[in-house]
Amino acid sequence: MSSDHAAPAPLVHPPTTRAVRPMEGMQVYNKKLGMWVFLLSEVMFFSGLIGAYIVLRFANPEQWTDAGVVLNVPLTAFNTFMLICSSVTMVKAFAAIEHGDQAGLRKWLIATVILGAAFVGIQVFEYIQLAGHGFVPMVDRYAAEGGPLYGATFYTLTGFHGAHVTIGVLCMIFTTVLAFRGRYTRDDYGGVEIMGLYWHFVDLVWIILFTIVYLI
Amino acid sequence: MSSVTAVAERNVSVQHWAEPEHPDERPFIRKYIFSTDHKVIGSQFLFLSLFFLLVGGLLAMMMRWQLGYPGEPMPGGGILPETMAAGGILLPEFYNALVTMHGTFMIFFAIMPLLVGVFGNWLIPLHIGASDMAFPRLNMASFWTAVPAGMLMLVSFFVEGGAAGAGWTAYAPLSADPEYTGVSTGQQIWCVSLVVLGFSSLMGAVNYITTIVNMRAPGMGWFRLPLPIWALFITAILILLAIPVLAGAVILLLFDQTIGTSFFLPETGGEPLLWQHLFWYFGHPEVYILILPAFGIVSEVIANGARKPIFGYPAMVGAIVAIAFLGWLVWGHHMFQSGMNPLLGTSFMVSTMIIAVPSAIKVFNWLGTLWRGNIHFHVPMLNALAFVAMFVIGGLSGVFMASTPVDIYIHDTYFIVAHLHYVLFGGSLFAIFAGIYFWFPKFFGRMLNPTLGTIHFGLTFVFYNLVFFPMHNLGLGGMMRRLYDPNAYAYLEPLQPMNTFITVNAFLLGAAQLVFLVNFVWSLKGGKPAGPNPWNANTLEWTLPSPPPHGNFAAIPRVYRGPYEYSAPQVEADYWPQSEPPEPGQEPPVDYTVREALFSGDVPQPKDAPETKGSDG
Repeated sequence: MSSDHAAPAPLVHPPTTRAVRPMEGMQVYNKKLGMWVFLLSEVMFFSGLIGAYIVLRFANPEQWTDAGVVLNVPLTAFNTFMLICSSVTMVKAFAAIEHGDQAGLRKWLIATVILGAAFVGIQVFEYIQLAGHGFVPMVDRYAAEGGPLYGATFYTLTGFHGAHVTIGVLCMIFTTVLAFRGRYTRDDYGGVEIMGLYWHFVDLVWIILFTIVYLI
Repeated sequence: MSSVTAVAERNVSVQHWAEPEHPDERPFIRKYIFSTDHKVIGSQFLFLSLFFLLVGGLLAMMMRWQLGYPGEPMPGGGILPETMAAGGILLPEFYNALVTMHGTFMIFFAIMPLLVGVFGNWLIPLHIGASDMAFPRLNMASFWTAVPAGMLMLVSFFVEGGAAGAGWTAYAPLSADPEYTGVSTGQQIWCVSLVVLGFSSLMGAVNYITTIVNMRAPGMGWFRLPLPIWALFITAILILLAIPVLAGAVILLLFDQTIGTSFFLPETGGEPLLWQHLFWYFGHPEVYILILPAFGIVSEVIANGARKPIFGYPAMVGAIVAIAFLGWLVWGHHMFQSGMNPLLGTSFMVSTMIIAVPSAIKVFNWLGTLWRGNIHFHVPMLNALAFVAMFVIGGLSGVFMASTPVDIYIHDTYFIVAHLHYVLFGGSLFAIFAGIYFWFPKFFGRMLNPTLGTIHFGLTFVFYNLVFFPMHNLGLGGMMRRLYDPNAYAYLEPLQPMNTFITVNAFLLGAAQLVFLVNFVWSLKGGKPAGPNPWNANTLEWTLPSPPPHGNFAAIPRVYRGPYEYSAPQVEADYWPQSEPPEPGQEPPVDYTVREALFSGDVPQPKDAPETKGSDG
């Protein structure tokens, strides 16, 4: 497989004979199928962590506080809104290249990068704030309300999500650079599509995490 | 219009899923070290995993010394540092490391990479008629990620405190708090290494699934796939879904060990049972990962050796799928002693017993394949037959363990050790040997010496049974697992001669592997040159030179029939390769399912062509 041809050569099929027809698979090209399959594994990863969170919280409810007592829900709600907007800009970018609109692709990709980076930035700021108030993952330095499991699960869940967003932003920058170099065309924009798939997945995970960590 | 070209039109870089074979003119490093060729990567996994199989075996030999001759200085023990063996006598802490690392190396760095890394990489593109995997560079990354993971595990023996000592199951809080095992850095390295290896496995799984779904040659419908490919496909799905759960669990453990969280430490609200659930939710699918590809290999070898189609191909596929699905529902049978509600225990007992059924179906189908076959006892066949017999024994002991009231007594005894070695050694490893003897000619263009192969098989089979069968008795007699000093309990004294007996045979078993090692190394260069099809087999790789060239096929192969047309009445030879074009008027073989219109790749007949009926034979 090579994905760096500018114009894909048509796949030539010698005439088929009886009992031999082309296998269409799932009619989904390799990179896209690969990304969906990978995202399935990510579902399992976050499910494992979320499962652990649920078990620990039900077993030790006294270590959690009411929503908003320790965590900054309004700020994070705004952050969530920004991440959702970045999914919108990602869709706009994808729609642009579907129609061969190079300028639109670049514009909306940059917007997505900025929103994604801002999300990470605000989360880091939030971490610093929380840590300053004694909300930390480790047991012996926990000084906020609730108990250390609250901190441990919070940082683990949001931290792994944040790491996935960060990797996504870096990949998005890479995609943007390629877009500026004219890598994607109306006939060949799979790279944008799979970037989008990953990005929407990261957004979806955040919506779930925001709900169960911040709101409940 | 061909629907494949329709896909190619829409948006994307086309799948060159059959680049014709071409000479490989890259420099040495790109050709043999950092290669993206699935065949080179498969061979790299072969050498890596055989090395770790050796390491795991050596660790076991040391364990057996201590169990057979407790407290006596081990021959050669003088070279071990004092932290491991004081005056040649293995220390209890080192014994814990041996137990842990024997399991860890064998499972993660020997059996998994052998079954999934070697046979997955070598067989998948060749069996489906593709020129390489869907993502060749990802494939290379998968191998080169496994290497540092293995190196980390090896290095962990030499850090302060030694290697991990909490068992391969790393139960918390034993594994989470160094005060219990005395091992700190080593346990952390264990965690990191498994996360790294997890990445390697995941990359492989994504590659295998995409390749098998998307890159099958024309005519290679789902029900014409050779069974190793079905097995590897389902195994890849298990890996995809189970490994991330392990990763999550191990990361939480690492946090407990390093950052100071207490996910699993009870004093501050942590839940030791949470570790068990997370681990075994991964752990049970993991054992099916360790056996399903073996099922596939054995099916291939038995059909070939019996010169008969595999009996009940659709049921074989269904059984693989059923085992994989049910495998998610049984994890609690590893936790019967954890204090769970007996009703919950009963549900796990029932699901565990049910999962024996599809495995039994496979066994009966192998027997059905052999029945009235024209059996050739070539070396791969010997190993495959041994697999069937030994796996049945392992499976039967599993039924005892599935029963909760029985397991309460035999859990954590040598009965379990017997069971797991019957399925992993008697099962997986014999299948691996079968696969290596079968495909070595294709990998390296040379035959392994059959005399040495038969000797290796015979010695291995005898000593292996003498080592592991008595462990059933040890377990029922009450000998517990992971026990450093069998003399610690008076009631175990009558069992000590059995321990010594096992040890002696274990050393002989280890020595017998030298025969394989010599055969393997010598045959790489000095074996009898192999033609394209030394076993008269049907699958696509046997139409190619041995070894196949870079890019595999000169042209996209066409697949006209399933892979198990041995002794077909339509042809004189007792085999009928999948890609051999049918003669005009030749009655086609029946494709295996009633849904052949969907899955077989048949196109509707033009009106003036002779109608073909489904055949009766």
